[in-house]
Amino acid sequence: MTAASEQGFVVFDRVQKSYDGETLVVKDLNLSIGKGEFLTMLGPSGSGKTTCLMMLAGFETATHGDILLDGKPINNIPPHKRGIGMVFQNYALFPHMTVAENLAFPLEVRNISRSDRESKVKHALDMVQMGDFGGRRPAQLSGGQQQRIALARALVFEPELVLMDEPLGALDKQLREHMQFEITNLAHQLGITTVYVTHDQTEALTMSDRVAVFDDGRIQQLAAPDELYEQPQNSFVAQFIGENNTMMGTVKEIKGDACIVQLDGGELIDAVPVNVSKPGERTLISIRPERVEFNKERLHEDAHTLKAEVLEFIYMGDIFRTRLKVAGNENFVIKTRNAPDQRRLKPGEQIEIGWLPQDCRALDA
Amino acid sequence: MSDGSDATNADGARRVSDSSDDGPVLAADGRPLKQSLQRALRRQKLRALGLIAPLLIFILVTFIAPIADMLFRSVENQIVSDTLPQTVQTLADWDPDSGELPGQEVFRDFYFDLAVAAQRKKHTQLGTRLNYELTGVSSLFRRSGRRIDDIGEVYMDQFEDLNAAWGEEMTWARLMGSEDWLQEQEAWNADAAAADEADRDFDRPLPAFEFGADVRAELPRTAAVFDEFAHYMRTDNQESVMEDEPWEVAYAALYEDLMANPDAAAAFSGENATILSEAADAVPKFQAVDYKAAILETEEGWSDPQVWATIQTFSPDYTTGYFLNAVDLQMTPDGIQAQPRDQQIYVLLFKRTLFMSLMIMGSCVVLGYPIAYLLSNLPLRESNMLMILVLLPFWTSLLVRTSAWKVLLQQQGVINDLLVWLGLVADDSRLVMINNQFGTIVAMTHILLPFMILPLYSVMKTIPPSYVRAAKSLGATNWTAFWRVYFPQSVPGIGAGCILVFILSIGYYITPELVGGTTGTFISNRIAYHISSSLNWGLAAALGSILLAVVLLLYWVYDKIVGIDNVSLG
Repeated sequence: MTAASEQGFVVFDRVQKSYDGETLVVKDLNLSIGKGEFLTMLGPSGSGKTTCLMMLAGFETATHGDILLDGKPINNIPPHKRGIGMVFQNYALFPHMTVAENLAFPLEVRNISRSDRESKVKHALDMVQMGDFGGRRPAQLSGGQQQRIALARALVFEPELVLMDEPLGALDKQLREHMQFEITNLAHQLGITTVYVTHDQTEALTMSDRVAVFDDGRIQQLAAPDELYEQPQNSFVAQFIGENNTMMGTVKEIKGDACIVQLDGGELIDAVPVNVSKPGERTLISIRPERVEFNKERLHEDAHTLKAEVLEFIYMGDIFRTRLKVAGNENFVIKTRNAPDQRRLKPGEQIEIGWLPQDCRALDA
Repeated sequence: MSDGSDATNADGARRVSDSSDDGPVLAADGRPLKQSLQRALRRQKLRALGLIAPLLIFILVTFIAPIADMLFRSVENQIVSDTLPQTVQTLADWDPDSGELPGQEVFRDFYFDLAVAAQRKKHTQLGTRLNYELTGVSSLFRRSGRRIDDIGEVYMDQFEDLNAAWGEEMTWARLMGSEDWLQEQEAWNADAAAADEADRDFDRPLPAFEFGADVRAELPRTAAVFDEFAHYMRTDNQESVMEDEPWEVAYAALYEDLMANPDAAAAFSGENATILSEAADAVPKFQAVDYKAAILETEEGWSDPQVWATIQTFSPDYTTGYFLNAVDLQMTPDGIQAQPRDQQIYVLLFKRTLFMSLMIMGSCVVLGYPIAYLLSNLPLRESNMLMILVLLPFWTSLLVRTSAWKVLLQQQGVINDLLVWLGLVADDSRLVMINNQFGTIVAMTHILLPFMILPLYSVMKTIPPSYVRAAKSLGATNWTAFWRVYFPQSVPGIGAGCILVFILSIGYYITPELVGGTTGTFISNRIAYHISSSLNWGLAAALGSILLAVVLLLYWVYDKIVGIDNVSLG
């Protein structure tokens, strides 16, 4: 057992999974989830995140490694004995039962008395503000209402761990944002541990305590949302989370936590070395559009600047999105806040841009 | 989140189309919206109708119409009143409870009806029909028909003795036919003769026979017989009445007419009047026939009042007799009674058919459900393979499959051999598994299994695996998850499969016929027997109608209990 297994409420200890015996869908997964934590598994489809969730729920078995729940290995415990609440992508509300019967189902199979059952069902329905809908059939509810019932059903038997498999995928944008808020609130209120699977990065950033970014069967980065966004550890995370400007270059010089990179066009820029170690290495430079500054007064005195030509100006309401040509890259985007003193760039304009060295990250090529 | 946006939209839409709050909604051109909509949809409806028209017509002609005709046959009974029109009328006044035979006039009318029917060979059909109700009637009609002409001959001889002209075809033709017809017929005869002379083909149709004025009024019985005679000559012999002298019964009819109306000659002229008035003067001195005695002489059986009672009972055009027979009852002159014990088979057959259909349905569910479950849960490649195995028997001839079961199940068959070889069954006590109910149930379950599996499969295919997973994650064991969550959702498939299998098996014919023996036959085998062997189509139709009614009734009950909306064929 590794050190990770001693602290977490849910622990994946060197877990591997293969369906066909030839390729690994999950490669050497180590993950520790603390009690009461809201952890999101984020990744493109086929990255292994849903497989991890299914292994945790017990619908798939790990090919190698242990999964521990509250310190106990659960590999050989069937799903119905794990006591894990789960919300499915399509809600999976039983269509032949009413809402109340759906909610009573987990209590019934646990042989809880009728009166207890009724009060718990009522409580759970009130919790998701669906108190008046007990007698309805799932088909008579809207998508958002079904979502709430599915949530209530996963919580009604008071599990300590709840798994959610892209539960908001079928909802429209407005409803989705509302439900994100409600789910996180509820999870924190009840103090339950939540493992949430999604491919929507906004959802992951807004809801989670920590986000595990999956790709190619591995966790690429496990961090809090702000850290994930601002300090991506590799080029996949940088490009998968949020919008990013990237440029290729070679490391010129490394000085502690700062380095100088020569872009392929010859320009020199400041950057933070993330996973580059020695001069001469190829690197991918990543900089967030909103961290690029073209107002000289706001720039550091001795900051390196680059010449840029404005190609396109897009008005987006709260922000302006401007496309620039920088060092031969025509897809360099900057975002500026729509503030009263903000200058609106015009296509054709020649400007100079720069950034704080810590905002520019030199990642693996 | 609220659903308010929908409501707002609906309100907005209403405001646009509904300018005035009262009265019907109007379209843009001021017509009521409903009318406009109907007009717009009419074209589509006509188009749709045009598309289904060929099939609709085909089904109407080849399916609905024959079924309707068949159902009609189960109550139709016009053969009695068609064959014995006068007898049926006179017999209506006779009281069957008197225990006496009907009077002279019934026998007299019966003689005329039977003599005409015998000439036209219709009396045996009637005999067969009445034989269903009273055994032995058939031979009465057959034997009497053979000797009935003896009665008319008595009168024929007397008329011919009176005047040899009564033996001539032309005498009768002139007496009965109209002037126009005579001329037309003679012209036709001349043309035909000329054509024959010249060796030419001649295919001009015979002119239709036409009665002279007053003939029907003055000589009603003779006219009735002669009418039949003319019709018979024209249709069966393709000859005119000038070619042959009328049947013997015509002389008896003429005798009766002249006795009833001695002044009949007054309505005729020329030769006709002469010969008729001569005959009218002579008939009172003729030797009269005692019809009752004469009929009884042809066949003694007519002296049984039961025979007459049966004729009377079945003289209406429509009867419930077939239906009563179909449920082991019979209509007797004394009311509805049970059939004799040794003839009661239909109720038993109906019960057996229902019981065996339910057994077949049950075994199809038991065998088909797991297969369908597997089919819908296997990966595509394996499920396709399995599906081919399910469908394979479908593509094999029904006869081959049934015969295969015969090979497998017979006493010297594969299964018995195997059991004997294993020592489970002694050689001298091999199991009887074919030509009984067991064999029928086995073979039919096998044959109808795909009809259970396919609807089940199509329903199970639509049940997402996440339901069972959800149930398990909520704490349900495998069995609870199946029974509480999966099974209820597969019920529509079970319903569809059950209806399909049950309705198919309740009317199944070929397999029970081949492997059913005597204890495993269905009601349909009996229906087929009556259609093709006993030719009692009325009873076959009644049995079929009852079968149809039972199926519809069960369908209705099923709808009440399970709800037909819950049935899904995929």
